[in-house]
Amino acid sequence: MTQLAPKPSGLKLTKGRRKVKDAFSSPWASFFAIVIALLWTIPTFGLLVTSFRPKVDIVTTGWWTFFSNPNVTLENYQSVFLQGNNVTPPLSQYIFNSFAITIPAAVFPLTIAVFAAYALAWFEFKGRDFIFFSIFALQVIPLQLTLIPLLQLFARGQIAGVQVLPDMEITGSYIPIWIAHTIFGLPLAIFLLHNFLRQIPRELVEAARVDGAGWFMLFRKIIFPLSIPAIASFAIFQFLWVWNDLLVGLTFGGGVREIAPLTVRLAEMVGTRGSGWEVLTAGAFISMIVPLIVFFTLQRYFIRGLLAGSVKG
Amino acid sequence: MGILTFGILTARETGWDVIAPNLTITIFGLLTFAAVIFLLFVIGERSSVKAQEWVKYLVFLVPALFLLTIGLIYPAIRTLFLSFMDARGENFIGFDNYIWAFTKPEILTVLRNTIIWTLAVPIFSTTIGLGIAYFTDRMKRGAWVKSLIFMPMAISFVGASVIWRFVYAYEPNLNKPDIGLMSALAKAIGIADPPIWLIEAPMNTFLLIAVMVWIQTGFAMVVLGAAMKNIPDEIVEASMLDGASQWRRFSQITVPMIRSTIVVVVTTVLIGTLKVFDIVRTMTGGNFETNVVANEMFNQAFQQRNYGTGSALAILLFLGVIPIVAYNIRQLRRERTER
Repeated sequence: MTQLAPKPSGLKLTKGRRKVKDAFSSPWASFFAIVIALLWTIPTFGLLVTSFRPKVDIVTTGWWTFFSNPNVTLENYQSVFLQGNNVTPPLSQYIFNSFAITIPAAVFPLTIAVFAAYALAWFEFKGRDFIFFSIFALQVIPLQLTLIPLLQLFARGQIAGVQVLPDMEITGSYIPIWIAHTIFGLPLAIFLLHNFLRQIPRELVEAARVDGAGWFMLFRKIIFPLSIPAIASFAIFQFLWVWNDLLVGLTFGGGVREIAPLTVRLAEMVGTRGSGWEVLTAGAFISMIVPLIVFFTLQRYFIRGLLAGSVKG
Repeated sequence: MGILTFGILTARETGWDVIAPNLTITIFGLLTFAAVIFLLFVIGERSSVKAQEWVKYLVFLVPALFLLTIGLIYPAIRTLFLSFMDARGENFIGFDNYIWAFTKPEILTVLRNTIIWTLAVPIFSTTIGLGIAYFTDRMKRGAWVKSLIFMPMAISFVGASVIWRFVYAYEPNLNKPDIGLMSALAKAIGIADPPIWLIEAPMNTFLLIAVMVWIQTGFAMVVLGAAMKNIPDEIVEASMLDGASQWRRFSQITVPMIRSTIVVVVTTVLIGTLKVFDIVRTMTGGNFETNVVANEMFNQAFQQRNYGTGSALAILLFLGVIPIVAYNIRQLRRERTER
C-alpha cells in the first residue's frame, strides 16, 4: 500500500470485507450453527433445571415438563452442600479441598516453569536445544506411565527399591497431589512460556545487562513483568486442569476422604447406589460452577493460552 | 485470603477439626514456597557477577530438571522395567504381561475399544469443529454460538459424565414417563421400547465417545477458527469473483490453507483421547464391554494390585503416542530452522 493514496484503498478494503461477510453469513450456515449450539447446550441445561426441581418431580417426570409445571426448590443444594454423615463429609468440605489443592498446584508449577523458560530462552549454554526438545517431548508421556513408580516414591521414599529419601509420611496429605500436579504441568508450561519469553526484544535484555543488571535482577525487573500476560493465560489453564482432574486426585490422594477434591467425591457418588438424581445433579453443578465462572469471565485469556499451545506448536 | 474466609465458613458446618490442619498445611505450603523463592533471589542478587554465572542455573533451571527427572523420566523407565516383572515387581517374567494383554479376551476388547475411541473422537470432533468454525467465521453474533459450543471444555470429565448419564437415563417401567432425554426422544420418533443405552454393546461405547466429542469439538472449533481468521480476505474475495461455490471455496481454499492446524488439532485430540479415563470410569465403570486401556491400567495397578500388568498396559498406551511425538518434534525442528 502506497502512502500516496491511503484513503481510497482503505475504503476499498472495508467494502471488500463487507461483501465477504455477507457471502459468509448465509442464513443456512447461521441456522445450522445455531442448531448445533443449542444441541450442545441442552444436556447441561437439563442438568441445571433438574438440580432445582423437587425430588418427587425429578423421578416421576422429565425435566422438560418443568416449563409447563414449574416447581422450584433449593433443597437439593442445601442437602448436598451441608449435610454429611459420619462416613462422608458434606460437599462444602470437598470444595475447600479442591481450592486447597488447586491454588498451590497452579502457583508451584507456574513459578518453576517461568524460571526454566527464562533459563532456556536467555542463558547460553551447551545442550540447551537438547533439553528444550526433550521437555517438549515429555509433554506427551501419559500420566499412567508414571503413576506406579511415583506413588512408591511418595509412599516409601524409594527409587527402584532403594531408599533415597527418608519416609516422609506425606501420604494422606495434599503434598503428594501438589507435587504430582506440579510435575505433570511443567512440560507444557515451560514450552509455552519459553515461546513467549523468546519474543522479548534482545535489545531490551542486552541494554539491561549493559546497565549492570545481574541475571536475577534482569528477571525480576524486566522478564517477569513482561511475561505476566502469558503467565495469566497459563494460570487459567492449569487452574481448570487441576480443578477438573480425577486421576491424580484419586491416585495420589490415597483414598483419604479428608483431602479428596470434588471430582473424586462426585465420581464416588455416581458409583454408589442410592445417590439419587436430586443429589447428583446438584453435586455436579456445584463442581462445575467455579470452572464455568472462570471460563466465562476469562475466556479471552483461556483461548489465548490454548492457541499459543496448539497453533504455534 | 479467599481460601481463609472459605475455610472458616466451611468449618462451621463440618467441624474445625478437619479443616484446621488442612488449612494450616495449605497456607504453610504456600508461605514456605514463597519464602524459598524470596531467599534464592536475595542470595542470587547479592552474589558476585562471577558466582551468578553458575548460581543462575541452580536457581532457574535445576529445580525444573530435577522434578522432570524424578517425576517423569525415572518413572517412565521404571514402568518399562515393571512391565517385565510379576505382580509385586519382584521377579522377572519376560513378555508374560504382554502375552496376557494380547491373548486374554477381555483385554482384547479393551484394546479394540481404545482403537475405536482414538479413531472416532478425532474424526468427529475435528469435522464438526471445522464445520462450525467455517459457518461462524464471519457470522453476526457468532461469538455467542462459539461460547456455547466451547463451554464443555471448562467442565470436568466427571461433571460431563453426570450430565450425559442423565441424558441416557433409562426407565425400565414402560408405563412410567421417561426422565432421560434420549429415551423420550426415541419414543417421540416411534421407538416404543428403547434399549438400555449404557448397557447394550457395542452401542454404549459410541454413546461414551459422544461425550468426548461433545467436549473436544469446542477445542477444535476455536483453534481452527483462529487459523481461518488468518486467511487473507483477498484470496476469499478473488474466489468469489471467480464464482466459486461455497463448497468449492471451503474444500479448495479454506481446508488446504489451514492444513497444518488441522493436523495439530487431530493429534492433540488423539493424545487426549488415548488417555481418557474419567468418562469410562464414571459412566459405566468399564463394564458392559466399554472398557479402555487407561481405565484398565488403573484397575490392574490399583485395584488388582498387579504392577506388572498395569505397567504393561501403560507401556502400550505410550507406544500409541510415540509416532505422534516423533512427527511433532520433526515439525518443531523444521519451524525453528525456518525462523
